[in-house]
Amino acid sequence: MTCEYKLYNPTWCPGCGNYMIRDALKQALEELDIEPHNAVIVTGIGQAAKMPHYIGANGFNGLHGRALPPGIGVKLANKELTVIVESGDGDTYGEGGNHFIHAIRRNVNIAHFVHDNQIYGLTKGQGSPTTARGQKTTLQFDGVKLEPVKPLALSLTMGAGFVARGFSGDKAHLVNLMKEAITYNGYAHLDIFQPCVVWNKINTFRWYKDHTYYLPDYYDYTDYENAYKKALEWDDGIPLGILYKVEKDTYDDSFDFIKNGEPLVDAELNPMDAEKYMKEFY
Amino acid sequence: MDYTILIGGAAGQGIDTTVGLLERIIKRYGYHVFTYKNFMSMVRGGHNFMQIRFSDKPVTSYSTKLDMIYAFNQESVEFHKDRLKEDGVVILDKNISTDEDYIYLPLVETAKSLNNDKVASSVGLGAILNYLGLPLELGKKVLEDELAPKIFEVNRQALERGYELLERKYNIDKREDNNILINGNQALALGAIAAGCKYYCGYPMTPSSSVMTYIAKHANEMRIVVDQIEDEVGALNMALGASYAGVRAMTGSSGGGFALMVEALSLAGIIETPIVVFNAQRTGPATGFATRTEQADLRFMIHAGHGEFLRMVIALRSPEDAFYQTARAFNLADKYQIPVLLMTEEYLTNYNITHEPFDFSKITIERHLATESDVTEERYKRYKFTENGISPRLIPGQIKGQVVLVDSHEHNEYGNIDEDADNRVKMVDKRARKIDSLKEEIQEPWFIGSDSPENLIVCWGATYGAVKEAVNRLNEKGLSIGALIYGDIWPFPTNKLNELGRNAKRIIDIEHNSTGQLESLIKEFTDLKCTDRILKYDGRPLSGDEIVQRLDLLI
Ligand SMILES: Cc1ncc(C[n+]2csc(CCOP(=O)(O)OP(=O)(O)O)c2C)c(N)n1
Ligand SMILES: [Mg+2]
Repeated sequence: MTCEYKLYNPTWCPGCGNYMIRDALKQALEELDIEPHNAVIVTGIGQAAKMPHYIGANGFNGLHGRALPPGIGVKLANKELTVIVESGDGDTYGEGGNHFIHAIRRNVNIAHFVHDNQIYGLTKGQGSPTTARGQKTTLQFDGVKLEPVKPLALSLTMGAGFVARGFSGDKAHLVNLMKEAITYNGYAHLDIFQPCVVWNKINTFRWYKDHTYYLPDYYDYTDYENAYKKALEWDDGIPLGILYKVEKDTYDDSFDFIKNGEPLVDAELNPMDAEKYMKEFY
Repeated sequence: MDYTILIGGAAGQGIDTTVGLLERIIKRYGYHVFTYKNFMSMVRGGHNFMQIRFSDKPVTSYSTKLDMIYAFNQESVEFHKDRLKEDGVVILDKNISTDEDYIYLPLVETAKSLNNDKVASSVGLGAILNYLGLPLELGKKVLEDELAPKIFEVNRQALERGYELLERKYNIDKREDNNILINGNQALALGAIAAGCKYYCGYPMTPSSSVMTYIAKHANEMRIVVDQIEDEVGALNMALGASYAGVRAMTGSSGGGFALMVEALSLAGIIETPIVVFNAQRTGPATGFATRTEQADLRFMIHAGHGEFLRMVIALRSPEDAFYQTARAFNLADKYQIPVLLMTEEYLTNYNITHEPFDFSKITIERHLATESDVTEERYKRYKFTENGISPRLIPGQIKGQVVLVDSHEHNEYGNIDEDADNRVKMVDKRARKIDSLKEEIQEPWFIGSDSPENLIVCWGATYGAVKEAVNRLNEKGLSIGALIYGDIWPFPTNKLNELGRNAKRIIDIEHNSTGQLESLIKEFTDLKCTDRILKYDGRPLSGDEIVQRLDLLI
């Protein structure tokens, strides 16, 4: 194989779902033949967000909650790069909630993988926006009192054209979802269930196995209303797979000079090109 | 000739249009213009005024004294008549007042006879043109250039009718006009466009927004992404992503928005990704006055961000300075891989001044990007230890087999998280070392006035214009006075200050804040002491007149 990603030693806990997510990512990128120098992994802060250190792609490991904005900036600056934004549930749906909402509206051609362990891992077990109501944590001694965010319903409401859910416990399925998300033209939201073996004793590997089911082959992922119902399913089984996928006009392509021109990063810069604007001021 | 016209009225009465036409007519007749704009933060009502000052010599400040008030309402007369010179006149519609002290004209009546109430201001404009001795033909030409075609004709008629209403008082000569008329935000925006900024994002906040609007106007032609972001936090993070990917990027806001960018500023520091950020200061703290001026963010800009990292701060002194310094900021940001912060002020963002056209051929583009030959090691080190602290900067996607990793954690040469103690010290020192070469490029403050002055003014940013006028006038009176005007302000340059300060009897600090922030820097970095201070913080800019007056009391 010509396209190969190097791996580096992670500091994740043994048994952490992040390992499998990284392996799936490597496989997806290699199978898509996207070479490491053309892929950029943009993350925030958290255990999930350490991804760029453990796989040999370009990386922008930025601030907690702020993974999406630089990811968008990278893509608009150089459309030839494959941009994958990766971060935790706290990073994405909590600290970065505003960016999440507006990134969906903006619909830039990037893939967004949220490692959803339903807990704050790095900071030792506080409740995250997806922690179940009533679940006791290292901080919420009386249990979480807030209603959890429903990430897929939220992104559907905001108009995302690609909405999916995977599970770190099924690599082959996850690789496939990742490839679909990366090749989708527009913003692709992939929420990935990931057991946190240390801080979340409720949502374990077993729990996810018992509470999820696969969307069948005949499932029509272009049916918005049905997708929305699926996105709300929880107690009686949580669907895995592509809930919704339709074609949408992307933000990138709304700029004629991006769509039909060379990448911005290759633009020749010449100050004299702007001299003509002096005439506006006479 | 040195003449000042105040045009005042409520928001929404169209004084901007009238001022825009009059200042351009005067400029095209060959005169230097300085238009000061005083707005309240509202869309309708309130009291707004603008002052057009013109002269056969360059003017760098508004004037406190008025030769004419053209009032759109009674309030405008009441508020400002005390500032009228002895032979000053008030022009207004006869419906507002028929007081014998005023020149009252049938402006609305004339407009009505043209079946369009809205052109009353053009009737008045015509009257003023004739009064001042400005040719009707030029007035019509400017109207044609500036107004939408469908309203031009009726305004032209209004102008002609108005021209008949008032007798000529002055005869002024036509002079050659090669000047532009520009404000600080337009100049800043042009500087960024000229420097090849390809990515501008921001969130609207007065008085910064017109930079974004100006760039947006030319965005498609110049291939610039102009993006209104959900918030300022997102804006700086997004701009950093674009810069990391290799394009020149900028964002800007006013104090509150800049405050939201602070965490990402610290990010820019540790990931060593070039960025240009401007803060159009308004009166603070918090929301303060949205449309008024201040210089109270100097300390904030110098220190903003957690942890220690190198940045450069440049205060913009005039529209011309804004143009050249903004373009230079991109080169410095690229060279040192640091944030370069531009400080402007509400006053500077808005006033219009005549100036010779900017020389775009003086702008250079120096990207300092690494190429394949700069990558000597097998695996590229984004943060390679080097003698001057600057590591070769590769952008992603350029070299097959090489990846670029930037990281907000403390990291090793590859950009990987690394908590090793020695590495930490080496990395901090590497970043900090860049200051040695940067310092050599720092420009000393401008100096104006008499050689080795007994009285030395120190100031920064946009007080420049008013200070310049005051220094010139006091020098003509025989006073030994000079001024240092800081542009590059961080790292703080001290050579010229030490040289002149040592021999001065007085050092007078002039600033638009209440605590003397420049004075405190002088205290910190030199042995000099400011003897006096003129601090203004009512949100209104200092004028040359005001500084002369206050210096007269001091010296
Ligand atoms: C501005 C800011 N606030 C808080 C933190 C502390 N912090 C780091 S990671 C994190 C939450 C991590 O949870 P999540 O995003 O779900 O990632 P995980 O570790 O579970 O993968 C927090 C609160 C920070 N680094 N920066
Ligand atoms: Mg988490």
